[in-house]
Amino acid sequence: MNTTRILTEADFAPAPSKENLEQITRPSLSYWEDAWIRLKKNTRALISLYLIIGLAFFTLVGPWIWTKDPAAQDLDQISQAPALPKTALLVKDFEPSPTPIDINHPSEPSGYPDALDAVTNFTVQGTPTTQSVRLSWAPVNEAGGYSVYRSESAPDGMLGLGLPLASLTSGNIVGFEDRLNLKSQTYYYSIIPTDGFDEFDAVTTLEVSPQQSITVSQALERQLIDGDDRPGQTVQLAFHPLGTDYLGRDMLARLMQGARVSLFIGVVAPLIYVLFGVFYGGFAGYLGGTIDQILMRFADFVVALPFLLFMILFKIAFGIGPGESGVLPMLIALILLLWPATARLVRGQVLRIREQGYIEAARLLGGGPSYLIARHIIPNTMGVILVTLTFAVPSAIFTEAFLSFIGMGVAPPTPSWGSMCNEGVKTMLSHPHELFFPALFISITVLAFNLLGDGLTEALDSKMRSKE
Amino acid sequence: MLRYTLGRLLSGIITVWFIATATFLAMHAVPGDPLMNEKATTAEIRENLARKYGLDRPLAEQYVIYLSNMIQGDFGISFTQQNRRVNDIIKDHFPVSAALGILAITFAALGGILWGAITALYRNQLPDIIIMFLVILGISVPSFVFAALGQLLLVNLNQWFGTSILPVAGWGTFSHMLMPSLVLGLGTMALLTRLMRSSMLEVVNEDFIKTAKAKGLSPQRIFFKHQLRNAILPVVTVLGPQIAAITTGGFVVELVFAIPGLGRYFVQAVQQLDYTVIMGTTVFYGAFLVLMVILVDIIYGFIDPRVRLK
Repeated sequence: MNTTRILTEADFAPAPSKENLEQITRPSLSYWEDAWIRLKKNTRALISLYLIIGLAFFTLVGPWIWTKDPAAQDLDQISQAPALPKTALLVKDFEPSPTPIDINHPSEPSGYPDALDAVTNFTVQGTPTTQSVRLSWAPVNEAGGYSVYRSESAPDGMLGLGLPLASLTSGNIVGFEDRLNLKSQTYYYSIIPTDGFDEFDAVTTLEVSPQQSITVSQALERQLIDGDDRPGQTVQLAFHPLGTDYLGRDMLARLMQGARVSLFIGVVAPLIYVLFGVFYGGFAGYLGGTIDQILMRFADFVVALPFLLFMILFKIAFGIGPGESGVLPMLIALILLLWPATARLVRGQVLRIREQGYIEAARLLGGGPSYLIARHIIPNTMGVILVTLTFAVPSAIFTEAFLSFIGMGVAPPTPSWGSMCNEGVKTMLSHPHELFFPALFISITVLAFNLLGDGLTEALDSKMRSKE
Repeated sequence: MLRYTLGRLLSGIITVWFIATATFLAMHAVPGDPLMNEKATTAEIRENLARKYGLDRPLAEQYVIYLSNMIQGDFGISFTQQNRRVNDIIKDHFPVSAALGILAITFAALGGILWGAITALYRNQLPDIIIMFLVILGISVPSFVFAALGQLLLVNLNQWFGTSILPVAGWGTFSHMLMPSLVLGLGTMALLTRLMRSSMLEVVNEDFIKTAKAKGLSPQRIFFKHQLRNAILPVVTVLGPQIAAITTGGFVVELVFAIPGLGRYFVQAVQQLDYTVIMGTTVFYGAFLVLMVILVDIIYGFIDPRVRLK
């Protein structure tokens, strides 16, 4: 039986290749894909990466969310520890009032008394506020005056009475108004009767906790109220989640602003000097010979300069004009002094790679110098450069902090983490938060970059990979 | 060995010359006139200085005078303190910084080698994890925070015991030196611990360790005689640059602990723009650091013959 088969176009198409079905392999990965996968396995490096992204967000976007002015002073809340939002009692402006006198009592003792009774009825008139604490007492028989003391801790009898507030030299004075730098904390007022000159061994102590308050005119000035609020009401004070510094400036806003300076120097300076070092070292390494010798000799000299001394020298050499922050001189000084380390490293890498077999092979296949550099040498040094860059950031941040700490860095009022530490260390004992927060931010940043650098070294190191 | 030493010394001298030149040029770029500092200069000093340094002459001539003075070991006279030579300032205050630095580097080296060896011995066990955590802390926290915390610790310790165990600040006795040098050496100690650990772990895989084991040596002997001694070598190489880091890092510690060292003097001189003191101190420090690096290199050449044969 003869059948005619009509051949179509499809009969001449190549049969489907079965080659792929038998292949058992993973997709091929580039160097960077592989490094990224290995970095993702390293939890510490990954957390550090997220921390760094978080810090960048904190300083770049932060000031738009937390819009408080980092230079504005909140005089009601100076050196305030981190706390929840505070309220204050609105009180009347200060009006001078006459000294309260008991007219029925003699102002001077009749003779020279040997002993006097302790003051009785020692109380506070009205609400004690941080604007004023009005004390009153009953006059003591034969007293010629009174001494009033204030202490922040409970006195022990006649000891530890604290700050002498007043020596009243009339026995019939029965009140005293304290307006001296009051804070919302507990005070111990002590009163001792005198004969007009000497104190007697009879003390009365009163515990007072003034309420945070603000006068009407102050509140109006700081735009906390509009005209129709009346004394006696409570007002919401400005909120400082991380407290304030010694001038009453908001710590959170200053940390955000300071991060800009610290991270700017920390990131931009290494970027520039590593880039310069790469060109310098790559050039020297590729050319080799006498030029290489001369270039690297010069780099050796720059390495030998005592780093911090020259940072300071260059900074004063560039000079800071009035109103300038001093960020730029520091940046230039860092770049001038730190490029040789990268140059040396890259030169060594280039020298090593130049001798590798695959470069030789590429050259034999007809690859020109620009092709060799762009396709083989630069990609193979990128790993080392990236690691150098990561480790360069914390050292630049440290340098900025160090210089600002000894007062040779960023000029006030520009905040930087280092200069904030410098201010905070002075009040370390009484207000530790002013040192703690900037120091914490420096430490976290440096830690994150160090751990990321470690992770990158491991992820990019081909020696480690071959061990697996 | 002699040739190696001489070669290193020659390159060291050229380096010092470079440092001196860079210092000279940097100081000449400082805005303002050194003799117009009204606060501290009298007409008499101004006249003497102008004559001595030829400040009205061209730059090249000034440079020659500056270099020839420096070669004769004369760093000049202070601009802000009458009748005080820079040489005297260095002579008075450098020993203080040096004592602090030597103690700090001793702390750092001994601590680094000890902790590094322990971490390598207990690899991935609790002591390793704890020490490596502290090391990361030591590397990440700025030195001035350690200085402040160290001082705070002393205050609390003294209060706790009710008497002065260790002085909080100042200088004079050995007990004054302990806390500042410990604080100063902390960063370097952390760095050396890390280095020692990785170098110990590298040595452990070497063939000579296997040989020693095969010979039947006791683990203690292998550890101390073969592993530790070989692992210390890389630590010695970084000591040179670390001495540099410690001496200049001394600024902060000297400021915080009120120690009359050269670092504090340098900072003060910069604030008052005391030209001769700034230049003299910088060149002196630079020469000292170059000498230290050379010294460490030579010592290393003695310890490890491979270096000098290269």
